[in-house]
Amino acid sequence: MNTPNSNRLSRRAVFQWFAATAAALSAGEAALFGAESPLLQSAKPPASTGYGTDPELLRAYKPGELWPLTFNPVQKACVVALCDVLLPADHLGPSASSLGVPEFVDEWVSAPYPVQQEDRPLILEGLAWMVSEAASRFQREVPALEAAQLEALCESVCQPERVRAGFKNAARFFHKMRGLAMGAYFSTPAGWAAIGYVGNTPLAKFDGPPAEVLGKLGVEQTVE
Amino acid sequence: MALITSSKSQSAYDVIIVGSGAGGAQMAYTLCLGGLKCVMLEAGRNYQPALETPMFQRPDQAPLRGLPTPDKNFGFFDSTIDGGWQVPGEPYTQASEKKEEQFHWWRPRMLGGRTNHWGRISLRNGPYDFKPRSRDGLGLDWPISYVDVDPYYTKVEMLIGVYGTNSGLENTPDSPAGVLLPPPKGRAAELLSQKFGKKLGVPFLSIHRAILTRPLDAETIPARLHPNNPWAQRIVADSMRARAACFWATDCGRGCSTGANYQSTTVHIPPALATGNLDIIPNAHAREVLVNAEGKATGVLYIDKTTGQEQRVSARVVVLAASSGETVRILLNSRGGRGLANSSGLVGKYIMDTVGTNVSGQIPLLENCPPYNEDGAGGSHFYAPWWLYQNQAAGKMDFARGYHIEMGGSRKMPNGSNPVPDDLIQGLYGTKLKEAARRYYGSLVSYSCRGEMIPNKSSFCELDPTLKDKWGIPVLRWHWKWSEQELNQVAHARKTFSELIESMGGTVSKNASDKPLEFIEPGGKVIHEVGGAIMGESAKDSVCNSWNRTWDVKNLFISDGAPFASNSDKNPTLTIMALSWRAADHILEEARRGNL
Ligand SMILES: Cc1cc2nc3c(=O)[nH]c(=O)nc-3n(C[C@H](O)[C@H](O)[C@H](O)COP(=O)(O)OP(=O)(O)OC[C@H]3O[C@@H](n4cnc5c(N)ncnc54)[C@H](O)[C@@H]3O)c2cc1C
Ligand code: SF4
Repeated sequence: MNTPNSNRLSRRAVFQWFAATAAALSAGEAALFGAESPLLQSAKPPASTGYGTDPELLRAYKPGELWPLTFNPVQKACVVALCDVLLPADHLGPSASSLGVPEFVDEWVSAPYPVQQEDRPLILEGLAWMVSEAASRFQREVPALEAAQLEALCESVCQPERVRAGFKNAARFFHKMRGLAMGAYFSTPAGWAAIGYVGNTPLAKFDGPPAEVLGKLGVEQTVE
Repeated sequence: MALITSSKSQSAYDVIIVGSGAGGAQMAYTLCLGGLKCVMLEAGRNYQPALETPMFQRPDQAPLRGLPTPDKNFGFFDSTIDGGWQVPGEPYTQASEKKEEQFHWWRPRMLGGRTNHWGRISLRNGPYDFKPRSRDGLGLDWPISYVDVDPYYTKVEMLIGVYGTNSGLENTPDSPAGVLLPPPKGRAAELLSQKFGKKLGVPFLSIHRAILTRPLDAETIPARLHPNNPWAQRIVADSMRARAACFWATDCGRGCSTGANYQSTTVHIPPALATGNLDIIPNAHAREVLVNAEGKATGVLYIDKTTGQEQRVSARVVVLAASSGETVRILLNSRGGRGLANSSGLVGKYIMDTVGTNVSGQIPLLENCPPYNEDGAGGSHFYAPWWLYQNQAAGKMDFARGYHIEMGGSRKMPNGSNPVPDDLIQGLYGTKLKEAARRYYGSLVSYSCRGEMIPNKSSFCELDPTLKDKWGIPVLRWHWKWSEQELNQVAHARKTFSELIESMGGTVSKNASDKPLEFIEPGGKVIHEVGGAIMGESAKDSVCNSWNRTWDVKNLFISDGAPFASNSDKNPTLTIMALSWRAADHILEEARRGNL
């Protein structure tokens, strides 16, 4: 558990973690959020520098190239499950996990910059919360949760005004993850199609909004 | 002559130009085409837009989806190099710990300076803007008038290419017929703001931006810019032909690889180099202007950043255009820190930024529009010039100077941050969340106040008594204060923008604060800082004369924003260029007469 980048976790380690997080949860949310447990891996990310003030701009980057990533398989599985319940495959486009959103979240929590480092404990602790909620509410590992069970998890945290006392931090985690996932999702070509962005392609002329839109708005094009 | 290293520099030049941004590059352009041998010192590295601009790169190809970091403050793809709100190893300090008394200083370190990533908004000052004190008794008058600058505005507009329309509105000058390039069509949010603005008396119309909406006319413009100089005309025509028209995609803040917008690296510097009269030394950080016993400038002492060594270069004339703050710093550090051109004591005084505040909102009418391409010219198409001059003249308002409105709101490329505010998607996830994002995308608008700050005695900079940068050069310490004038102005702007949003049936986004001192953009944040070496009528009350020439040192000129005696609501760069061209003509004339 102490090697952040170990790709494989033994079943034994996973069950130990479940047990530990479930125990922590029974002691109340405070024991999970803000706790410095090595199981939560909320310690600082491995030392690394950023990309500097003059990075190469023309090449494509992949998460993990510039600084080491954080998530172990359990955390990764939680992020995939959450991102895909937030932004599933549907009539508007593919799932978040198929657009690299979980990898982006990993890149984010691992980044050597202040904003991201501030988000890191919240996200890692939130993932641990998912594990323990899945265990205590449904007696399952997160990847084994059914859609309705994942939705039930979301329901308990998605309304900031209606979140019950013990779930405040989990709700913060949910909103942080939703914002990150939406940003990452809608900045891909498939995300553009989903949200309705059209562009980033050279045009011979710029026509402005089509007649249909002008009509809907009740305006006329005033520039010839 | 060309891009060189310190060891390749000539023993003497006609003119040393410090800085390669709007002011320095315009200076180099005019002087080199006028036949003078120039060397340009630039603290940053060489930068080549044609080879380095990430035009169609997507956020998902960038680290952290291209979002801002301390390394790239305006996002990964923004063209700023080696700087931003901080430059590593080159700090600045604040005299006060109070937030509202601090100044934020944006500095890139690259050939072309901030012209590589600026917003390209290019507005002329109007006649009132040069004589503000005469009109309302506040601030300072310039020693020049609109008529002195008008021909230079026209020349710069023809050279760099500015789209826009002539509005005929008060103190919002028209350009001569045929000078402006055709403005781009209005976007949905812009047209809607125009329609509803009209009901409130706010005139939204085409903004002026330095972007080629069609290729420049290389057949006729060069002859109008450089009459009787066929050699210059040929060079300028070639350079104009090398610039393509805008192809209506990509963010201008990344720069433009095809030269369709103005950045000095694609517009001013190539023809200046083509004359053979320009040497550029990149990585050359000017520290002091050198002077002789008679008080004449003899050259510049600089740090060659590639070796860390001090170097000297000599010339008959020195022009400082390192951006107003850096120019002040060089002056104050000259003569071993005793300062230069400062007999008035005004070097560093009267620093001004633009007054800013933003209000955003959501407009139901703009929801659920069918997808269509609204990229346009990589930035705004419309703005509203200040419209209440008459009310101010009639004494009906509690602030003396105006603001114009810049607006945002389009179906632009999502940039990696959450495209929908949380309050619109409360409780949502799953397909409902995606549907909501699609519904609200494009329905958000924002309005920014860009107003005139009146110079005051409490906004200035000086050398920090102890701190030095990594080259051992004393750094600047900033002092800042807003007056009631600016605070009343932003209060008015907020009220106006809220009314506008509500008149469109929209909802104003929650604001963090209702106190003007908290919702005014902090000093420097609009990145329009000018002043610090103001021009005036006499050596006693100004640093420069009406030709951007320092009173104390006859062969020392300043061609960035430092000589500004006021900072009208109009963004400063077009005026910096116009005054730089004018000063360069003066230098050429003086050289011809043997006065230098
Ligand atoms: C994001 C952004 C948007 C903007 N939008 C607009 C806009 O829409 N309209 C507008 O009018 N203005 C805008 N501005 C402001 C505009 O960029 C500046 O007014 C303009 O670039 C100033 O020109 P300058 O020559 O004084 O300075 P700069 O363009 O900053 O150039 C100064 C150069 O000097 C170099 N230098 C500094 N110190 C030294 C030294 N000691 N020795 C040697 N070289 C040195 C710097 O590296 C730099 O290259 C914007 C600025 C930013 C950052
Ligand atoms: S919008 Fe036009 S001017 Fe701006 S970067 Fe793109 S092509 Fe160049």
